[in-house]
Amino acid sequence: MRRLLILGAGTAGTMLANILRRELPDDWSITVVDKDNDHPYQPGYLFIPFGTSTPERVVKPRTQFLPKGVDFVQTGIRKVRAADNEVDLEDGRTLPYDWLLIATGAVPRPDLTPGMADGKLWYKKVFDFYTLEGSTRLHDALETFQGGKLLVQLTDMPIKCPVAPLEFVLLVEDYFRTRRIRHKVDITYVTPLDGAFTKPIASRELGHLLTDRSIRQVTDFALERIDNDRQVLVSYDGREQPFDLLVTIPLHTGQQYVFDSGLGDDAGFIPVDKKTLRSTAYDNIFVLGDASNIPTSKAGAVAHFAVETFVPNFLALIDGRPMPNSFDGHANCFVESGRGQALLLDFNYDTQPLTGTFPLAGVGPMKLLGRSRLNHLGKLAFEQIYWKVLLPGHKLPVPTLMSMAGKHEED
Amino acid sequence: MPTNTLNDRTFQVNDEGFFTDRDEWSEELATDLAQLIGIEMDEEHWAPIRFMREDSAKNGPTPTLRRMQTVGGFDIKELYRLYPGKPAKKMAWIAGLPKPVGCV
Ligand SMILES: Cc1cc2nc3c(=O)[nH]c(=O)nc-3n(C[C@H](O)[C@H](O)[C@H](O)COP(=O)(O)OP(=O)(O)OC[C@H]3O[C@@H](n4cnc5c(N)ncnc54)[C@H](O)[C@@H]3O)c2cc1C
Repeated sequence: MRRLLILGAGTAGTMLANILRRELPDDWSITVVDKDNDHPYQPGYLFIPFGTSTPERVVKPRTQFLPKGVDFVQTGIRKVRAADNEVDLEDGRTLPYDWLLIATGAVPRPDLTPGMADGKLWYKKVFDFYTLEGSTRLHDALETFQGGKLLVQLTDMPIKCPVAPLEFVLLVEDYFRTRRIRHKVDITYVTPLDGAFTKPIASRELGHLLTDRSIRQVTDFALERIDNDRQVLVSYDGREQPFDLLVTIPLHTGQQYVFDSGLGDDAGFIPVDKKTLRSTAYDNIFVLGDASNIPTSKAGAVAHFAVETFVPNFLALIDGRPMPNSFDGHANCFVESGRGQALLLDFNYDTQPLTGTFPLAGVGPMKLLGRSRLNHLGKLAFEQIYWKVLLPGHKLPVPTLMSMAGKHEED
Repeated sequence: MPTNTLNDRTFQVNDEGFFTDRDEWSEELATDLAQLIGIEMDEEHWAPIRFMREDSAKNGPTPTLRRMQTVGGFDIKELYRLYPGKPAKKMAWIAGLPKPVGCV
């Protein structure tokens, strides 16, 4: 019996369990560990504040998406003892493994910024929408907001889904417009980056969109602390931004057990070879999804492409053959822009998001970096695709590696 | 890729002016670059630059401000005083390293 252990039954872990159960022979045992049985569709968190999705709708039981023939262990992970090929669990058990696949994601850490989670305004005037609780409470706060200074603020990179803060600011603008109090709400997007996004062409295009909607931008703002008494953000260089309502995207790190196991970098992300996703420290550990340190977006789409690249490599490896695939960092995401439209970004390690069209079999070309209704419908459709196609590990009509077809190259 | 020339020394840079080859860098060049953005290099200024070069040589990416704090032991506010406005960018530029970006 060969033992495969998967840590985390989120986006990447669930896909891995499904695909590998089909691909691996019966003498392989597959065990998946997660602390609870609530699988959230995290992109849905973006819509809960506006009442266009609900907490009930985004969460389903993890076990519903795990295949037969896989053991699900529901408890917290305490420590990986990689030198011994064992994992200690919070319920006192120890699981030995031959191969370890880590898919425990990234976690927002409002506790790391003074005055954020420990401040008296937390979940009163200061909210996140990166957790189910945060997005649900923010819904109530938005409903009662009658006007004033609203800040949507990004603390630092990396974060999950780097476009979500921009989507939020565009959607919140649209929300107040629909409520007919847009003129009473002063909206500012506060970012530590030097523009709306980190990659130049997308930053320019998305920056225009903010200007067109009269959303102010404050750039190069590195948050030091939140002054709760005066209701202001204070940056390291002493600048201040007052607010009546603050929507913050907190710092992110890897999971606590990763720190405790000595597996992560200073932010708790696990160093891997960016082409094979194999741990640089241990040959029998691979890291899929947000938990690794690869230089691309922390996004479900990336987890998906990475898993597709990884599986044939793994099958070759256990067969004693060289790994055939090399991951290119492919990321592909819809950016909701309000008014029933969305943009599409497609990029990888080497190529930044460009304008043009994205050729998608069966649906037709989708506009890259430009707004369209079709993109918006694509984003909405993704929820069903996630549950029905992606998690069970079925093929999507999207190329795993990025393609330059349809893209406009600029000088 | 554009080539930059400063005081008779040439080096390759990307469209944003950051070095593309860390080996084309030298302390003299860094001192001249710093002057262009109004910074007079002294020991206080050199310490974070040296850390950045050593850390990225070992680990790859240009360290972020947060890493400068947690791993290098620098005070972020102090870095803002030494390199006003955009310390991470300015230091990376002077250190001959790629612009530090948290990944997209
Ligand atoms: C607001 C928001 C919007 C987003 N929008 C998009 C989008 O439009 N498109 C897109 O592609 N991506 C989007 N994402 C990102 C996407 O959800 C994540 O990138 C994706 O879920 C990562 O998958 P993962 O498997 O790495 O981690 P996760 O899906 O987060 O799974 C990690 C799992 O590990 C478990 N775990 C962690 N630590 C422990 C422990 N110690 N013990 C036991 N279990 C543990 C957790 O319970 C969890 O189930 C969004 C995310 C957010 C927050």
